[in-house]
Amino acid sequence: MPATTVKFYQTGTFTVGNRLLSIDQQSVQSEPDRSNALNCGHRACQGCGEALGARYAIDAAMRSSSRNLVAVNATGCLEVFSTPYPESSWQIAWLHSLFGNAAAVATGVAAAARVKGKSAVRVIAQGGDGGTTDIGMGCLSGMFERNDDVLYICYDNEAYMNTGVQRSSATPAGARTATTPAIGSVPGNEFGQGKSVPLIAMAHEIPYVATASVANLRDLEQKVEKAIVIGGARYIHIHVPCPLGWGSSSHDTIKLARLAVETGLFPLFEAEFGEITDRTVIRRKQPVEEYLKPQKRFAHLFRPKRDADRISMIQSLADHNIRRFKLEA
Amino acid sequence: MLRQIEGSRAVAESVALSRPEVICAYPITPQTHIVEALSELVRDGHIKPCEFINVESEFAALSVAIGSSAAGARSYTATASQGLLFMAEAVYNASGLGLPIVMTIGNRAIGAPINIWNDHSDSMSMRDSGWIQLHAETNQEAADLHIQAFRLAEELSCPVMVCMDGFILTHAYEQVDIPTQQQVDDFLPPFEPRQVLDPQHPMSIGAMVGPDAFLEVRYLSHNKQIRALERIPALNREFAAIFGRDSGGLLRTYRSEDAETIVVALGSVNGTIQEVVDQLREEGHLIGSVSLCSYRPFPTEAIREALEAARRVVVIDKSLAVGMGGILATDVQSALMGGVPFLYTVIAGLGGRTISQASLRDVFLKAEREELSDVTFLDLNQDLIARHFVRESKQRLSGPTAENLLRDITEIAARIG
Amino acid sequence: MFQVRFHGRGGQGVVTAAEILSLAAFQEGQYAQAFPSFGSERTGAPVMAFCRIDSRAIRLREPVMKPNCLVIQDATLLQQMNLFDGLASNGYILLNSKHSFADLGIEATLEAYPADRRITVPATELAMEYVKRPLPNAALLGAFSALTGVVKLEHVLAAIKEKFPGSIGDANAMAARMAYDGVLQAQEVPHVTAN
Repeated sequence: MPATTVKFYQTGTFTVGNRLLSIDQQSVQSEPDRSNALNCGHRACQGCGEALGARYAIDAAMRSSSRNLVAVNATGCLEVFSTPYPESSWQIAWLHSLFGNAAAVATGVAAAARVKGKSAVRVIAQGGDGGTTDIGMGCLSGMFERNDDVLYICYDNEAYMNTGVQRSSATPAGARTATTPAIGSVPGNEFGQGKSVPLIAMAHEIPYVATASVANLRDLEQKVEKAIVIGGARYIHIHVPCPLGWGSSSHDTIKLARLAVETGLFPLFEAEFGEITDRTVIRRKQPVEEYLKPQKRFAHLFRPKRDADRISMIQSLADHNIRRFKLEA
Repeated sequence: MLRQIEGSRAVAESVALSRPEVICAYPITPQTHIVEALSELVRDGHIKPCEFINVESEFAALSVAIGSSAAGARSYTATASQGLLFMAEAVYNASGLGLPIVMTIGNRAIGAPINIWNDHSDSMSMRDSGWIQLHAETNQEAADLHIQAFRLAEELSCPVMVCMDGFILTHAYEQVDIPTQQQVDDFLPPFEPRQVLDPQHPMSIGAMVGPDAFLEVRYLSHNKQIRALERIPALNREFAAIFGRDSGGLLRTYRSEDAETIVVALGSVNGTIQEVVDQLREEGHLIGSVSLCSYRPFPTEAIREALEAARRVVVIDKSLAVGMGGILATDVQSALMGGVPFLYTVIAGLGGRTISQASLRDVFLKAEREELSDVTFLDLNQDLIARHFVRESKQRLSGPTAENLLRDITEIAARIG
Repeated sequence: MFQVRFHGRGGQGVVTAAEILSLAAFQEGQYAQAFPSFGSERTGAPVMAFCRIDSRAIRLREPVMKPNCLVIQDATLLQQMNLFDGLASNGYILLNSKHSFADLGIEATLEAYPADRRITVPATELAMEYVKRPLPNAALLGAFSALTGVVKLEHVLAAIKEKFPGSIGDANAMAARMAYDGVLQAQEVPHVTAN
């Protein structure tokens, strides 16, 4: 995170805060000649966190790379809603191959750029949680291990949303999905081991790993801009609420993202070569219930009666994160 | 230059001469020597500029090639058997995207049961993926076909598989004329992609295509294969002019002009077939053979022309269409379109089973006497099969066939002592 | 066409022997084909390799069923398999052993084959002396040249040196030459081991 002596918090609009920052710290989105890499006209749902996150991330990447960017997209919501043939929202060089191979395809693009003497080209691989944490894990790990010159961005909406909200290994404990329905003695997703891809990325000791959220879009932009200019394998995991899949109001997307951060359920941090280098401390800690209540995917934890045990288990997960990542102010 | 080298080495050197820019490799028997040799050739600067990437699976291997090809680099990989299946999704993706990737298939059987030896089941599994599939009869042809493959792929924007029999060709030492760099450069110009990932000229590649346009996209890939039917012989002639030998083309006939019996096969077994043809010709039999090089596109017209004057056709098929007969045989049959020659399917060589001169001779003579069944499994161990059926009739068995067969082999041993 | 079948155990350089022979034949202007039996080899398991030599291009792809010459790199295989399957009636037999066929007790079984076309060679001993490793293949190839005359010694030596660079090649070539000389000497006195 940049060293500013004054912190600007969103009060309703960034306009005031942005204006007072130095030019190089102003939001990419405030530039009238920004690349607008993910142009309007795409078919995302109202309130889609992924569309928001991708727009910010790729525009930031375009600025930071002087528009020398190629993006490889995994199959998923982003790919589908951005390229309804014969139209495309993308204003950048963009390739979609398969569901599980974005990391490998990006490796190939980066290799081609090197071979052609175009070392300034920056390559991004991007996909959802399904394409990253599950089916794409093999290729992702291979890319990390080889330290290929690729920035992988995962937009995590915590389920296979494009195909109808099925459970992925990123689905949080207790959440209802189409394949972890809220019925039976243990409704919703299992309370399993979880799978933290940021920590897996750190275990590969790659040059840069970060988590980000659409709750703090400036932070997201800065992390992407920082990552783009680093060589080698990099990974950014962005939390993006999905109103449809989460059963939340489309106007609550940013609020829910912020609650995920403030409860400790989604820690914001940066790491380099396997060591955490920075974190966002929680300013006003929230109990997990505040986060869970507005989402129908957790409704069974509250109705017909309050499932105190499971809510408490989720609270433990949050507290564990706070301790582990030192998120306490 | 004439060299006595391993087939895999010959292929590696031909690929190297074709100036690949990105090579990605995941090892699988029997292709390993090819990618090992290429890694050496890249490391000691024989191929420049070139990136050699060790990937973590075959799926990744072809995916890396997809990315590098889409970004305008000449890309190559190699696989076989299980590996080809593991990258199946990417195989269709590459042809669907029209990327001119060249891939060697060291033909190997597909498990279960796991088997590392040669047959054609692997490349056959991808025959409808839209890739061009060429089969090499010798290591010379295997080397030459790779050079032709890059040219063909880039002209048509269509990926090409060069198939060579695992072990029988890949691991055999024989004489190969390795061309000069100049010869290859004269034949193969640099890769100029039609559409490419370029930040300066951005475009979106790989969008979802709906019912309104998908059929047209598929028709165009079908059309590419039809056009390949012209390009393959043309390249064969052009190659001959520069390199001085006949390699590739759609098919090659051997003493078939006045033959009553014509044998059709893919790949290295044609060498053995030609030996038997010569022996039988000496004894007065009117027999000849056709070595098919281009399997996809399937040269329907050329095959029909080569076979229509014969009385009977014997297809030596290293690929089983389970429950039906032979995969190659079925395609040959459909090319004949109910025409005159009667077709005998001989399933042979599966899982690396030796195809001997003696067995071929026997089966050709039987075909001549019209004593052959429509579908024959060459050198099938009838006794073992019979005992299996006897046992099966006595008790219901389920589970892996191979392990069950072992009971016939080991039952007797178990009774001793 | 002259067909050779090599028998040995994994790790003894059986496959390499076939390859070197094919290289030697190539250098002599012949066509040659060499390939292994493709078992799932591991060190110590019985392996076979084949080499065909001919003055015209070799099209045949089947394993060598009717060898004109057998090269047996490991005498312990004699008990385990019928190594002589398909051997031509006037075939050559080269056996890696410091004992004679008689001492090994198989003189009788080999009666059918011409006496002046079989010989035992202490190839492992020669290898240990010159190469310092129990790899008998080079020595056996030198012996092959002397016994059959199918390839000249100079080409065998050149092929060995092409396959093995530097001093290793020289050492193997030495072992081959010694075996070659040994066989020629023994042939002056038939039924004697090349020692």
